[in-house]
Amino acid sequence: MSTEDRYKEWKKRALERPTRDEDFTTVSGQPVDILYTPGSGIDYDRDLGLPGEYPYTRGIHDTMYRGRLWTMRLFSGFGSAKDTNERYHFLLDRGQTGLSVAFDFPTLYGRDSDDPMSHGEVGVCGVSIDTLADMETLFAGIPLDRISTSMTINGPAAVLLALYIAVGEKQGIPSHKLTGTIQNDILKEYIAQKSWIFPPEPSVRIITDVLAFCKDHVPKWNTISISGYHIREAGSTAAQELAFTLADGFAYVEAGIEAGLDVDDFAPRLSFFFNAHIDLLEEVAKYRAARRIWARRMKEKYGAKKRQSLLLRFHTQTAGCSLTAQQPENNIVRTTIEALAGVLGGTQSLHTNSMDEALALPTEKAAKIALRTQQVIAHESGVTNTIDPLCGSYYLEALTDELEKQAEDYFKKIEELGGMVEAVEAGFPQKEIADAAYKYQKAIEGERKIVVGVNKFSDPDEKIDIPILTIDPAIEENQKRRLKENRRTRDSDAAARALERIKDAAQKSDNLMPRILDAVRARCSEGEIVGALKEVFGEYREKPVI
Amino acid sequence: MKRIRVLVAKPGLDGHDRGAKIVARALRDAGMEVVYTGLHQTPEMIVEAAIQEDVDVVGLSILSGAHMTLFPRVLKLLESRGAGHMLLTGGGIIPREDAKKLSDMGVGHLFGPGTTTTEIVEYIRTYMQKKEDTHKER
Repeated sequence: MSTEDRYKEWKKRALERPTRDEDFTTVSGQPVDILYTPGSGIDYDRDLGLPGEYPYTRGIHDTMYRGRLWTMRLFSGFGSAKDTNERYHFLLDRGQTGLSVAFDFPTLYGRDSDDPMSHGEVGVCGVSIDTLADMETLFAGIPLDRISTSMTINGPAAVLLALYIAVGEKQGIPSHKLTGTIQNDILKEYIAQKSWIFPPEPSVRIITDVLAFCKDHVPKWNTISISGYHIREAGSTAAQELAFTLADGFAYVEAGIEAGLDVDDFAPRLSFFFNAHIDLLEEVAKYRAARRIWARRMKEKYGAKKRQSLLLRFHTQTAGCSLTAQQPENNIVRTTIEALAGVLGGTQSLHTNSMDEALALPTEKAAKIALRTQQVIAHESGVTNTIDPLCGSYYLEALTDELEKQAEDYFKKIEELGGMVEAVEAGFPQKEIADAAYKYQKAIEGERKIVVGVNKFSDPDEKIDIPILTIDPAIEENQKRRLKENRRTRDSDAAARALERIKDAAQKSDNLMPRILDAVRARCSEGEIVGALKEVFGEYREKPVI
Repeated sequence: MKRIRVLVAKPGLDGHDRGAKIVARALRDAGMEVVYTGLHQTPEMIVEAAIQEDVDVVGLSILSGAHMTLFPRVLKLLESRGAGHMLLTGGGIIPREDAKKLSDMGVGHLFGPGTTTTEIVEYIRTYMQKKEDTHKER
C-alpha cells in the first residue's frame, strides 16, 4: 500500500473518532486539517531555497541568529521626555539593544501640548514631545551613532526625523551615521491606526520627499516601516494582515517609481513591522510567506536588481490585543509564545509586551520581565542555534502556501479596485477588518474560541494585585510651560521665516525635509510645523465604517 | 417600548476604534438605533450629536487614558444643555478607582477589557426598562 493510500485509510478512521470540538481553526478562523503529510507538493528550490537566497523564505541572512541576534527593542514612552529617558537608560543597562519611542497622542497627531484637543492626553499614552529641547532630553546620554532608534510616528514622521537629526547634530554625529526607523506608513493609518493628519495625496508626497532626502543624507535610515501590526490589532486575520501590509508596500514602491526614483535607490531602506499573535505556527507561516511574496514581486513586477531590494526585513511586536486584563500574569506566557513565533519566523527586531498592558502603560518591573523573556528565548531555549528550524514541517509549509494564496487573492481584489490608495478610500480593507473583528468577538462570546481567564477558567473574585503605572497630571502643565519658555527665548523672526519657507515648499514641489530641518533648528514646535503644512495640505476626515 | 437610541462616540485623539465599532454593531444587531460618531470628536461635538439625534444613551470609548478629562466634560455639557436624562456610559482602559470616581460623579457603568457585547446590551436594556417603570409609577 502506498503512503498516500495508507494516509487516506488512516484519515477515514481518525475522522470517525469523537473529538472534543467540531471545528479546529487557527486564531484567524483558518480551518486546520487533522494531519499534514508529504503530499503537499513543495518545490524546495522554487519555494524555500537557502537562507540569504531567493526567495528568502528561510531568512534574509546567511547566518541568521548564529551571526547576530535580533535587536531587542521595547516600545516605550510615557510622561515627560525626562521620565522616558530614565526608562531608556534602565532598559539599556539591562541588555536592551535598541530603542523604540512611543509618543503620546498629541505628538502622533502633530499637535502641541497646549492645543485644546490635547487636553487630558499629554504624556498619557506615550511621551510628550513638542520641541527640539524635549527631543534632546529624550536622548540625553544616548550615543545616536551606536544605538538605533525606531520611532512610531506617521503623519508628522518628517518632523520627528528632523528633530532626531538635529539632536544628532548637537551630539556631533552627522546624519549619515544615524540608524533607525520612522514608521511613516500613512496608508495603514487610514486603514487601522487612525493617527492621520493630511489627506492621502499630500501624505504620500511627504513620504516620497523623505525617501529622496534620506537616500542622500541619512542613507542608513529605514524610511518606512510598512506595518501590519495595527491592522492585526484592529481585528484582522493573519491573511488580511499579510495582504494589506504588502499591498501598502507595493503602493509605496509604485509611488517612489512614479516620483522618478530608481526602485533600487529606495527599496533597500523599506522595512516591515508585523504582529505576533498567539497562534504560533500561523504566525511563523505568515512571516515566511511575507518574505517570499515580497522578493518575488520586487524582482518580477518592479524589476528590482539589487539583492537588498528583495529582502523583507521586519520588526515584530507581540499582540497587545491578545493580552487580558484578567489574571494579568498569564500575559507573560502569551507574550513568550508570541515572541517565540517572531524568532522562529526570522524577525530582525522584537518588542515584547509587558503583562500589565491591558491595564495601563508598563511599570519598570513589568517591562524588565518582558525584556528578560526575549533574553531567555535568545540564550536558553536553543531555537537560535539553527536557521528556520521549523522548515519542512508539513503543516507549516501548507500554511505558508495557504497564506500566500489568500494574500494573492486579496491583491487581485485590490487591483480591481484600482490599487491600494483607491481601496482604502473606498473603505475596503477597513470593512474586511471590521467584519473579521466582529466575527472573532462573536466566536469568543459563543465560546468557540477560548481566552483563558476571560471566557474560561475565570476567577470571579479576582483582585488585580500587580502595581499600575499612573501618569502625573502635572506633566501637561509642565509641557505647556516649556512651550511658552521655548517661544519666549527663541529668535521669533527666524522661527516665523522658517515656517513660511515650509508653506512655500509645500505649495511648490520642493523637497520639504531641508525646510523642516531648518524649522526645528529654529526651535519651531512640532505643532507649528504641522500647522503650517495643514494650511497648505488640509486635513483628512474619515467616513466611519462599522 | 420604543427603540432605544444610542450614540457611540470616540472622544479626543484616541484612534483605537475596534471596540467602539464592535459595540456599535452589536447594539444594532440587538435592535437598537445606533449612531456612531467616528473618531476625534470633542466633547462639544458629542453632546451636540446626542441632542440632535435625541438619543437615550451616550457611550464613550476611551483607551487613551484621557477618561478623567473627557467623561466629566461630556457629563457637564449634557447637564448644562438639558440632556442630563441621557445615560452616559462607556468603556476602555479605565482603572477601577477611576471608574469609581466617575460613577460618583454620575457616569454609568464603565466596561473594561473582556466584556461581552451581551453584557453591554443587557445593561442598557435593564437601565431603560427601570427608567420606564419609574416613569410609569409616577
